[in-house]
Amino acid sequence: MIEVQDLSKSYGEKTAVDRISFSVNKGEILGFLGPNGAGKTTTMRVLTGYLPATGGTAKIAGFDVFDDSMEVRRRIGYLPENPPLYFDMTVTEYLDFVARIKNVPVEKRAQRIEAAMGMTKIAEQRDHLIKRLSRGFKQRVGLAQAIVHDPDVIILDEPTVGLDPKQIIEVRHLIKSLAGNHTIILSTHILPEVSMTCDRVIIINNGKIVAVDTPENLTLQLKGGERIRVEAQAPEQGLRDALQKIPGAQRVSVDSMGSGGRMIAIVEARQGQDLRSQIAAKVVGQGWPLYELRGENLSLEEIFLQLTTEDPAHKKSEESK
Amino acid sequence: MRGLYAIYRKEMTHYFVSPIAYIIACVFLVLSGVFFNSYLVEVIKYADEMMMQGMQMGQMTNFDVPSVMLRVFLGTIGIVILFLTPMLTMGVYSEERKRGTMELLMTSPISDAGIVLGKFLASFTLLVIMLIPTVFYVIYIFAHSTPAAPWRLIAGGYLGVLLLGAMLLALGSFLSSLTENQIISAVLIFGVSLLLWLLDIFAQSGSGSLAQSLQYAAVLQHYGPFTQGIIDTTGLVFFGTWIFFGIFLTMRSVESMRWRRA
Ligand SMILES: Nc1ncnc2c1ncn2[C@@H]1O[C@H](COP(=O)(O)OP(=O)(O)OP(=O)(O)O)[C@@H](O)[C@H]1O
Ligand SMILES: [Mg+2]
Repeated sequence: MIEVQDLSKSYGEKTAVDRISFSVNKGEILGFLGPNGAGKTTTMRVLTGYLPATGGTAKIAGFDVFDDSMEVRRRIGYLPENPPLYFDMTVTEYLDFVARIKNVPVEKRAQRIEAAMGMTKIAEQRDHLIKRLSRGFKQRVGLAQAIVHDPDVIILDEPTVGLDPKQIIEVRHLIKSLAGNHTIILSTHILPEVSMTCDRVIIINNGKIVAVDTPENLTLQLKGGERIRVEAQAPEQGLRDALQKIPGAQRVSVDSMGSGGRMIAIVEARQGQDLRSQIAAKVVGQGWPLYELRGENLSLEEIFLQLTTEDPAHKKSEESK
Repeated sequence: MRGLYAIYRKEMTHYFVSPIAYIIACVFLVLSGVFFNSYLVEVIKYADEMMMQGMQMGQMTNFDVPSVMLRVFLGTIGIVILFLTPMLTMGVYSEERKRGTMELLMTSPISDAGIVLGKFLASFTLLVIMLIPTVFYVIYIFAHSTPAAPWRLIAGGYLGVLLLGAMLLALGSFLSSLTENQIISAVLIFGVSLLLWLLDIFAQSGSGSLAQSLQYAAVLQHYGPFTQGIIDTTGLVFFGTWIFFGIFLTMRSVESMRWRRA
């Protein structure tokens, strides 16, 4: 449904998006994940035809976003980073205007407006002036605007920004329920959001794609090794020495961060190697009370940080190549 | 022109739900009422004096109050419009760009021409609405004069007002599309209006070839004949060209937003 090939966009000297390629299948939800300034908004603006690319191509439903902009615009719903609202209209007036410019036929207009208000839970606010709505409700009106014409492709730039936790969950459900009939791209910095809603994730940093996969695979593939967290009442040095002696323990770090002067140690081991029983035996064998022992998964947060934080040593070795 | 009507409708609601339109219309009506009244008093006094003089010299002087009124009144309306239309156009594009709603318009299946013409026609409609009451003032004198004054003078005069207004609206919209800062766009538009007005003053007061060329450029010089009820072809061409040019430039400017935002 969406095909992006070597897409680049520079603002003068600055390259915001650097030769990215990806595709999204019909009915799929793709998450765009990246830190501030990564190029998410820029990519979306190019896809919607708001900005011209400086290189590469992007196609939506087979139409080039630049050459066939009108055909593309007919098929997309777009929630920009700042919801494009007319403050002196009421919610209904606004959605009616959007439905008109999106070519919703007269006989379907009322019904579509109702549906959009229902899905985003703003029906009670229908006669309120937009400028009087709270931030979260403004965001919801923005969302309603993106789906009022029931577009094939929905592009959402940080759709859950400014919403309360309950709404965030509802909006995620809404997005999930829209998939299937609709192809969706959404951007976010919130990791649980992508793992919960998206079929696939693109992690983007400095305008470049650093990883593309399903949220599960990303976690698996990048996990690298096993990590075990140990909490025990023990002398710091003694615990470190004891843990280091366990065959298979690659890295041990001990910290006196536990409550009541307990030590917390993180033991890293090669992937697939479970050291928990050895650790337990060792600690208990020394007569130290053991409070906690559990395997830790690298969370998406950590993967994200690993991928998007530049490791200076790594960078140097790349430069010297 | 896809989207023209939707945009037009939106602009009209915008004008009428915000106080701007009412304030501008009120200021305009008060100003034009005050001017009309004082001109009428002056012109009638003057006409009386002329008549008295004429009688003393033993001859009947006919003084054409309606057409003199039309001329001076519309002359003033022209200047008032010069300074009121900027308020109608200064936000047309600047505000959309600032609020981010331009992003909605530009990513919707409507044409740039639809956006530009929809907005232009809406501001023009507002101008017409503002002008309607003043037509009644003028009709009032025309109806009460003997012998009856020819109606086509009014038609010619108001054609002039509409052309002048349309031209100012077209140029104002263009200037508004250049910046997302409403203050800058207001300053630009007022600047242009002021310049056009000064051009007229120089053209009237000066002499020689410079004044003559100024006369051609001065907008109000082309407006003059209309206020006398004369439908002047040079004027028609002059205003027509500028209106077309203003709209054309605005379209290019909107189109280039896709390119320029780099
Ligand atoms: N109009 C512009 N002119 C110049 N540079 C720009 C412009 N818009 C964005 N940039 C730059 O392009 C880069 C990417 O910006 P973009 O807005 O796409 O990031 P983002 O991933 O959406 O970030 P955020 O998470 O903060 O929304 C940034 O470095 C930004 O400074
Ligand atoms: Mg962004």
